[in-house]
Amino acid sequence: MSPDVLYRESFAVEGNDFEHGGNVATAIKATLRELGIASGAIRRLSIANFEAEMNVIMYARRAEFVFTITPELISVVVADEGPGIPDIDWAMQEGHSTATPEMRERGFGAGLGLPNIRKNSDEFAIESIVGSGTTLRYAVRLDQGA
Amino acid sequence: MADLLELLRCEVISGSNQLDGFEPTGFFAADLMSDVLAFAHPGNVLLTGLTSLQAVHAADVAELPAIVFVDGKRPKDDVREKAERRGIPLLATRFDMFEACGRLYEAGHVAGRKP
Repeated sequence: MSPDVLYRESFAVEGNDFEHGGNVATAIKATLRELGIASGAIRRLSIANFEAEMNVIMYARRAEFVFTITPELISVVVADEGPGIPDIDWAMQEGHSTATPEMRERGFGAGLGLPNIRKNSDEFAIESIVGSGTTLRYAVRLDQGA
Repeated sequence: MADLLELLRCEVISGSNQLDGFEPTGFFAADLMSDVLAFAHPGNVLLTGLTSLQAVHAADVAELPAIVFVDGKRPKDDVREKAERRGIPLLATRFDMFEACGRLYEAGHVAGRKP
């Protein structure tokens, strides 16, 4: 662990596990509250985490969430094993989705997940290999007050 | 909050002890949780027809202090228990989404969004 890492934790998320969809986002939120992180940063990161978690449940087989706090940033890496995204530019546009009716019944799958994650983060990167998986990296800066 | 309970003739499903002295910043209505995450503002009461666990998670991460289920819908026990643990009161109204929103709007509760 590099010297400026204040905290790091990882979580496993299983694909299709709708029953627990949201548990990782709320667990990370509880940790950030205990650590005294500003509420505005917690809210933005939690929104991004929840969308990322639902994306894994809806589309991937499994994923690992790693979140890391440094003095400047809370960063999250979500590396999934899944089908990958053939056209990232297409998937990043609002309303573009390959969701099924079951996903929509859960209140997701409207093609807003990735745009919502980007909107709520200060750093955002996505890499995907079709047939292998997608890795999402996003971070919220801690220097913006509440 | 008393206003909300009366206007929508709400039944309190859980968390009645958390309603005292509670003043919402406004209201937000959606069945799409991505819309809740994108557009609701902290402190808004959520009106929704979605009774799954994801409604409670969405309210929790977006800092929405209470949920009103429309159309007389009621969540399952595990959803109610999750909301109790998170400190989010759950209410139910028999009005549908359109009429529930209309009643609040008519009573002077304007948008949940910032202008």
